[in-house]
Amino acid sequence: MNFVDLDRVSLRYGEDEDGTLALDRATLQVGTGEFVAVVGPSGCGKSTLMKVVTGLWPPSAGTVVVSGKEVARPLSIAGMAFQNPTLLPWRTTLANVMLPLEIVQPHCSRLKRERAAYESKARDLLALVGLKGFEDQFPWQLSGGMQQRASLCRALIHDPSLLMLDEPFASLDMFTREELWLALQNLWLARKPTVILVTHDLREAAFLSDRVLVMSARPGRIVAERVVELARPRTLDMTYEPYSVALVHALREHISAARSTVT
Amino acid sequence: MATTDIVDIPPARPRKPVLLRRKTLRRILPWVVIIGIFVFWEIVVRAFGIEQFVLPAPSAIFESGWKWRWPILDNAWQTLMTTALGFLIAVIVGLLAGIAIGSSTLVYDSFYPALIGFNSIPKVAVVPILVIWFGVGTIPAIITAFLIAFFPILVNVAVGIATVEPELQDVLRALGASRWQVIRKVGLPRSMPYFFASLKVAITFAFVGTIVAETVASNKGIGNLMLVASSRFEVPLAFAGLLVTSVMGIGMYLVCTAIEGRMTGWAMRGADATMRGQG
Repeated sequence: MNFVDLDRVSLRYGEDEDGTLALDRATLQVGTGEFVAVVGPSGCGKSTLMKVVTGLWPPSAGTVVVSGKEVARPLSIAGMAFQNPTLLPWRTTLANVMLPLEIVQPHCSRLKRERAAYESKARDLLALVGLKGFEDQFPWQLSGGMQQRASLCRALIHDPSLLMLDEPFASLDMFTREELWLALQNLWLARKPTVILVTHDLREAAFLSDRVLVMSARPGRIVAERVVELARPRTLDMTYEPYSVALVHALREHISAARSTVT
Repeated sequence: MATTDIVDIPPARPRKPVLLRRKTLRRILPWVVIIGIFVFWEIVVRAFGIEQFVLPAPSAIFESGWKWRWPILDNAWQTLMTTALGFLIAVIVGLLAGIAIGSSTLVYDSFYPALIGFNSIPKVAVVPILVIWFGVGTIPAIITAFLIAFFPILVNVAVGIATVEPELQDVLRALGASRWQVIRKVGLPRSMPYFFASLKVAITFAFVGTIVAETVASNKGIGNLMLVASSRFEVPLAFAGLLVTSVMGIGMYLVCTAIEGRMTGWAMRGADATMRGQG
């Protein structure tokens, strides 16, 4: 069954006809529990796609269906993480991770009574990404990679059925990034949410996802699709095996083609 | 490929902490400056033989201040209470109006021009009108202090709330957060450093407001005391009033700073805090 279903979704910035067209009849399906990566040249509307799927921006045309219901206003089930960790500097790491629990039902009303249980859940999650012992530190006391880990935990704490990641590792160095790929894979394997990952790192897309979608340059539409046939759990070494290398190579070619169609 | 192992590097000689010495110095320096100003002032007055009714020497000011200490204290208390009350109203109104203006572009667009226009009115000019409405006394002074102090508070709170990062808003809205929840969880805490910074400005403004109103239309308070003193050519007493006002200003400022440090320590992480963090 499809969890996310986009049917010829277009989005135009501005109200009149000459506004920039960011998405052009984008059609895609994501199955329940599937991990999909979206890659494409920069400025192709990948981030716009995220906003449309989560209902933050209504599409100009087409329909967005999530979990069997047409999206008319912001979803209340999605976890999101961005390139910028956007942690709140006045909260400890633990309190930052627990922020969604204060907003999302049914956790919101239970939080007061079952504080201890929720707290231990948050601590477990932080331990899973290697942040044990940093729960009571403030975000500015953590390194960039650690902040990003905490941001991932915040996106996952309320067990969202949909996880939207917008280039979450783009600002990190290569080693930290690879570490976090593994951390994310573990998180995903443990809970199996539906994930849409926007990235411009093809190795990342090949390592993490079940399926890679290639978007064309603006106005963005889906121009190619590759299924990643690698067993799970995957190891970093796999990204250097011929299969992955060939996949990355092929994706690269798609993107070059997508870029050259405009210029 | 050749690899080399680097082993056995002798430890470098530990350095003396400079931070500690600098801290004590920073604590003493303000006093050195204040005493320095008074000494310089005293020397200038004596060296040029300046008349007391033109510029009294600090020694004369302190002497006069001691002589009139009870009336000064009485009037200073009046001024302090008036200022505190006006300031308190300014904090409440400024905070609420700041939240309203910062959280809605519609409210912002419609009210901001009017507010700017209102803030451009010299508050001294309003005092006579207030006197017509409320009569001579404490109430015009409270209102003047409030009018002059609330604007910086409002602007700062509004800016803090209006500049919440869009990504953060998306994170919360994608969780189904209402507009009020976004303000409460993010906007308000985020604007607190701006708010407390504005309090420090506002409290000094409030003193200005009170004293101005007391000078124009009151028969109590430091402003009135100074007016009476200068009309009697008791210039040292007028200066003593000024001095007491600045002492009260500094006191209230320090109170605001202490509250600020307690509430928004996260926003003012000093050098030592960052060094502690990168462990």
